[in-house]
Amino acid sequence: MKKTELPRWATAFVLPILNLLSALLVAGLVIHLLGESPAESLRILVDSAILDPEGLAYTLFYASTFIFAGLAVSLAMQAGLFNIGAEGQMYVGGLGLTLVVLALDAHLPAVLLIPAAMIGAAVFGALWAFIPGYLQAKRGSHVVVTTIMFNFIAASVMNWVILKMIPEGQQNPASRVFADSAALPLLNKIMPVLGDTPLNISFLIAIAALAIYGVAVWRSSWGYQLRATGLNAHAAHYAGVKISRTIIVTMLVSGALAGLGAVNSVMGSTHYLSLNFPAGAGFVGIAIALMGRQHPVGIFLSSVLFGALIQGGFDLSLEKPNIPQETFIFIQGLIILFCGAMENFYAPAVMKLINLTRSNKGA
Amino acid sequence: MEDFHIASIIVSTIRNAPVLMFAALAGLFAERSGVVDIGLEGKILASAFASAAVAYTTQNPWYGILAGMAVSVALAMVQAFVSITQKGNQLVAGIAINIAMSGLTFVLAQFFFQQGGRTPDLRDARLADVTLPGAAALENVPFIGWLYNHVIGGQSVLVYVAFLLLPVVHWVVYHSRFGLRLRACGENPHAADAAGVSVERTRYLAMLVAGVLCSFSGAYLTLVQSGFFLRDMSAGAGYLALTALVFGNWRPVHTVLGCLMFGLFGAIQIQLEGVDLPVVGHLPGSLIQAIPYVVTVVVLAGLMAKSVAPKAIGKPFVKSR
Repeated sequence: MKKTELPRWATAFVLPILNLLSALLVAGLVIHLLGESPAESLRILVDSAILDPEGLAYTLFYASTFIFAGLAVSLAMQAGLFNIGAEGQMYVGGLGLTLVVLALDAHLPAVLLIPAAMIGAAVFGALWAFIPGYLQAKRGSHVVVTTIMFNFIAASVMNWVILKMIPEGQQNPASRVFADSAALPLLNKIMPVLGDTPLNISFLIAIAALAIYGVAVWRSSWGYQLRATGLNAHAAHYAGVKISRTIIVTMLVSGALAGLGAVNSVMGSTHYLSLNFPAGAGFVGIAIALMGRQHPVGIFLSSVLFGALIQGGFDLSLEKPNIPQETFIFIQGLIILFCGAMENFYAPAVMKLINLTRSNKGA
Repeated sequence: MEDFHIASIIVSTIRNAPVLMFAALAGLFAERSGVVDIGLEGKILASAFASAAVAYTTQNPWYGILAGMAVSVALAMVQAFVSITQKGNQLVAGIAINIAMSGLTFVLAQFFFQQGGRTPDLRDARLADVTLPGAAALENVPFIGWLYNHVIGGQSVLVYVAFLLLPVVHWVVYHSRFGLRLRACGENPHAADAAGVSVERTRYLAMLVAGVLCSFSGAYLTLVQSGFFLRDMSAGAGYLALTALVFGNWRPVHTVLGCLMFGLFGAIQIQLEGVDLPVVGHLPGSLIQAIPYVVTVVVLAGLMAKSVAPKAIGKPFVKSR
């Protein structure tokens, strides 16, 4: 009998991998046209981002931020909302964290200061996502356009705020350096093999967040309402789900997750608030959510992949000046295109293949 | 308020608006046919780079315009393939194009010109301003001389194209056969299909037109306004154009009015910098930059409810059996 629907293993693994390979193939072609060898580039990338223990630690360090960004975008996507504003929410979340640390780092020990700073990041991120969420729920203004606008507004406002925060006598556009009590505990304390790398407890917090996300979305009644709203808002409304409330709460949580992404980069590495510190991590979150199909395991794997692309890409750009780091913004766009917009590109071919092997077995 | 120069505000409004007008009218064709065009930003950026790079290499702005058009149309076709043939998510496709182009234009600019993602100054390869006949004779006549030399005349060809485009687009959308089909596909594709119109073909054609129009926006940025390509120089113009479209209720005349309003805003914004205002006092430059985006959100919040999008917008058409 002919099957008309793809089995789950095909949609969960085969299609995403085929899509990812297509994106990397196009990227390889562009690298080839830039006069560099794609195979050699890939070797450098794998060597420096995965095989080298310190490189791997950096990969996971970047991945920790990306997991939060990916979770923020994924959660909104589950409710049918396309939150493009994770970048701005993370940026503003960094401000919330910094305000808490600047006010309290002389008084509180790390055990109290770090959670307080995390709350600050989450609250500011959530507030920045609230207005787009509210406008979507109550006024019907499309969340895609408003979150894009809020990214631009965040960039301008933060530019102004950070210039105000520069301590006297300093030139660098950044806040003052935090006290040591605001530094996240590093993982190289327990695993010396990681060397002098910034991989810290926020990686573990990110893993915990993935687990909580999985339970909340698939095992709680709130998650059920969320997914119902995303699948069919009219049906959900008819079944008694308060749509506008769900939208606003989802955007608040999504913004809080994006804001938490700031904790790793600000308190784990630089230890001060600097201009444009998210550096596109919020947009990487879009690619991660689409590639990982909003599933915790998928989000984790895609985050590690993007961490590796950033870490390996940095070393690659030093060795190959024709492949600057911006190449990975391009690759990110390709991944969004192939894994997001063209997710079912290979579905008919895979379907045919499955039916072919089935009929062969039957004969 | 002596620092406010009405004359220079009017002139720079006319010069700011075309970037948005081309892109917004491009978006109008795409969205009226039922395809959401978030990818305007990426198409503007890509055609801006292609125009600058080719104009510089050939020292001929017209080749630059053609190159920009080719690139923008190619991207529009990718978008069309994904949105129409693949029936994929149109928002995601647009965002993908924007992000990919933000990276690729930098990589290519760096590869070809080695100036940190910038192209060299175009100098003579820029599009020259048109001097109307008799301009010199009128130069000293008050007001009329200014009007003739700096408002009606003294603009780049692309400015005239932008303003002449409005009646053309209006006619095409409301009075031509293609326009009727276009609107039908955006409002009720099933009815259009039943009447024998090919929805896919109409939407592909609309995306083709959108690609061509959008390329002028990019060419205008580099060949007329700046004279070089700079990384991410479109700076949200594509999104602002989209907002003008929403603001103008997807109608050509209203959309262009929206673009002029944003253009006026940009002009005032430059004038505001360094001026002491009543009540708020001195506004810092970085906050002034945010004003168009805040206005956009306010416009979306206040007017979006009244503005009515094409009914089938964003929905892939699946032929009923």
